[in-house]
Amino acid sequence: MWQNLPLFPPRASALAWQVDGLYFLLIAVSAFFSILIFLLIFIFAIKYRRSVHPHPVPIEGSLPLELTWTLIPLGICMIFFAWGSLIYFQEARPPKGAMEVYVVGKQWMWKFEHETGQREINQLHIPVGRDVKVVMSSQDVIHSFFIPAFRIKTDVLPGRFTQTWFRATKPGTYHLFCSQYCGTDHSGMIGQVIVMEPAAYQAWLTEGGATGTLASNGQQLFQQLACSTCHRSDQQGRGPDLAGLYGKQVQLDDGRTVMADENYIRGSILNPGAEVAAGFKPIMPSYQGQISEENLMALVAYVKSLAQPQQPNNRPLETSSVQ
Amino acid sequence: MATAVQTVERENYLNSNYGIKSWLLTTDHKRIALLYLISITAMFWIGGFFAMMIRLELLTPAGDLVSSDTYNKLFTMHGIIMVFFFLIPSVPAVIGNFVIPLMVGAKDLAFPRINLLSWYIYMAGAITALVAMVSGGVDTGWTFYTPFSTTYSNTHVIGAAIGIFIAGFSSIFTGLNFIVTIHRMRAPGLTWRRLPLFCWSNYAAALIMVLGTPVIAITLLLVALERAFNIGVFNPQLGGDPLLFQHLFWFYSHPAVYIMILPGMGVISEVVTCFSRKRAFGYEFVALASIAIAVLGFLVWAHHMFVAGISVYAALVFSLLSYLVAIPSAVKVFNWTATMYKGSIRYETPMLYAFGFIGLFTVGGLTGVFLASLGLDVHVHDTYFVVAHFHYVMVGGMVMAYMAGLHFWWPKITGRMYPEGFAKLSALLVFVGFNTTFFPQFVLGYMGMPRRYHAYPPEFQVLNVLSTAGASILAVGYVMPMIYFLWSLRYGEIAPPNPWNAVGLEWMTPSPPPTHNFDETPIVTWEAYDYEHQPQEEVTVGH
Repeated sequence: MWQNLPLFPPRASALAWQVDGLYFLLIAVSAFFSILIFLLIFIFAIKYRRSVHPHPVPIEGSLPLELTWTLIPLGICMIFFAWGSLIYFQEARPPKGAMEVYVVGKQWMWKFEHETGQREINQLHIPVGRDVKVVMSSQDVIHSFFIPAFRIKTDVLPGRFTQTWFRATKPGTYHLFCSQYCGTDHSGMIGQVIVMEPAAYQAWLTEGGATGTLASNGQQLFQQLACSTCHRSDQQGRGPDLAGLYGKQVQLDDGRTVMADENYIRGSILNPGAEVAAGFKPIMPSYQGQISEENLMALVAYVKSLAQPQQPNNRPLETSSVQ
Repeated sequence: MATAVQTVERENYLNSNYGIKSWLLTTDHKRIALLYLISITAMFWIGGFFAMMIRLELLTPAGDLVSSDTYNKLFTMHGIIMVFFFLIPSVPAVIGNFVIPLMVGAKDLAFPRINLLSWYIYMAGAITALVAMVSGGVDTGWTFYTPFSTTYSNTHVIGAAIGIFIAGFSSIFTGLNFIVTIHRMRAPGLTWRRLPLFCWSNYAAALIMVLGTPVIAITLLLVALERAFNIGVFNPQLGGDPLLFQHLFWFYSHPAVYIMILPGMGVISEVVTCFSRKRAFGYEFVALASIAIAVLGFLVWAHHMFVAGISVYAALVFSLLSYLVAIPSAVKVFNWTATMYKGSIRYETPMLYAFGFIGLFTVGGLTGVFLASLGLDVHVHDTYFVVAHFHYVMVGGMVMAYMAGLHFWWPKITGRMYPEGFAKLSALLVFVGFNTTFFPQFVLGYMGMPRRYHAYPPEFQVLNVLSTAGASILAVGYVMPMIYFLWSLRYGEIAPPNPWNAVGLEWMTPSPPPTHNFDETPIVTWEAYDYEHQPQEEVTVGH
């Protein structure tokens, strides 16, 4: 019913209603307190104006009142704190089985790579009703990936991956903005998110002219960069076997344990000495400055694909596992 | 001597000495306050000019008035000038400098020479920043986010950073002076519980100035060093961490918001009590709320980073603390409102500004609660919602309070009354213009318009036009006081020592005060805001 009101962006993700619900409640509570204060000031200013009320009544204060207007706002704030945090936790945790899109931000464009190998610039095609996890990094400065219609935003950082996710609920074309100031053409770093019906999306995929999946491109790089001479699957290599690595806990040689997520794989390529797996020597050279962000993402996608018994890109479109 | 009394003007701090040297080498806190007033007014107009250029550019969706690089420099310089060279020194260095020694019954601040030095340092910082701007400008945003500021920007980042670095010391010196003065130089009988709330809130702000400013100084120095020598603190390619910069920057810059707003809250406490003729409702709570804000204000910085890639648990803690810092602000608003209850209220200009402050600060504070809410902040972060929020606090709150204070103490500062009719009109224009400018930006922000955009999609235009229209009303509202204040210096009615019939030691000395403030050190035997024992009608005081 609010759809035609131009005061809100389109509501096109599973999360949008939750965020708007919180927003409406906050508006209601804020309006209540603002109007209360405005009214009181107005009434006092009229009723106790000097000409009709020349003798002020001395009043020192009141502890019960002070407690009232300390504790009631505090209680209300705690409700908002809890609700806001619940939404935030959902935003921060992509559901399992989400399809993945890799994003590289650079001055001043968005580059997208699908698991299935399609590449896009400033346009992102995704199917409706499917969980989409977005893994992002920046080639230069900090950007921010903002889709108002989905109510999501996450900064895109150089030197590490950040991630967010969404599930589009309505086909259409939506704004994608860079919301972290990034230099000259910051306001030109905008794109479109095109949400398609599953059939249309399938058609788009097939005409998309992909040259191999992201993971298979990563596999080629893995050979080219001779990673495979050490990271062998026969347990004889000088580096750890990478099959089944992603998503597992890794024991490090300094006794710590870390989760082998995207950032761990990335860090192990660019700065291998920092977190060395237990039982191995810190002999791997750094690839810092030698691999582009896109190739890095392909490598990460390949290492991730090794954790799964099958290629990740041929899951059926219908699987969406939230709620 | 007796023959001359009728014609010779009483000696005061303005006429005791003439000549440029007597001003540039003065150690009188009242003259230094005027030096600051002139300097920050100049900075206000420069920053305001940039703001008008920004609003004009945003009249149309296309980026057609100025180039995108120019636009980026405009909002950067607007922010740097307004935050570091206008808002932070505004109430403390001008009004606080002038009235705090008077309020505590002292002859001057504790360290008069350091006070003068602080003005020179401020000027050195301001000129350094202005030179950086004139010689090509800066385009990093006032926030200097790395690695853009350290590696990618091709503008005069180091110059601007050094300017802010230098100006920081003037802020530290002012803060130091306030803390020592309020501790050590209170008149006999002026206990902490009898201290005007303006002193309490400036004391709280001074604590932040002294403790927080070194952090921004170090941070900007690191930016300059990284830019010049590539030392790799913030640059990820050299093993640095760009988020480290944001932590350091906001560790100062969020408390700095309270440096700006706390002294303004102090002004409002003085004005509301005076024009309601009542003791401040819940005096202790208002005083302690200032200290609570200063302490909690140091613990909320990462709420600027909820989408920056910090851990969800860190976000949770900073969200909770951000809600907590909202409570003392709410307590103040309720107490100001309650102070008016059963008062005897006059609508002089300072009170009109105080009404405006309470209303607009309430909106600004409540929208801060929106931003503290994690799930909602993700959507509105870095949009015009944030721009509207902090302008409601900084302009709707702080600048309104500064204007209230200037009008309130103008008779004391200059010995002249300002024209009340024009002043009321300008207060009204500021209120209307302000809301027309910034309220639409809340809506724009929720619709998704990101901040710092030189061009924007056409569906955002209507609200932007409204905002620009409001800005022109606001500009008129600010030009008017500039004119009538100057006019009043020569033509204004001669001010009596206590035109508002206010209590407070600063009103018990002539207007303008003599250089040594008080002929005899006052002895305080009454509670703060003792309006019940103040005669209702103006007592004619001959001098």
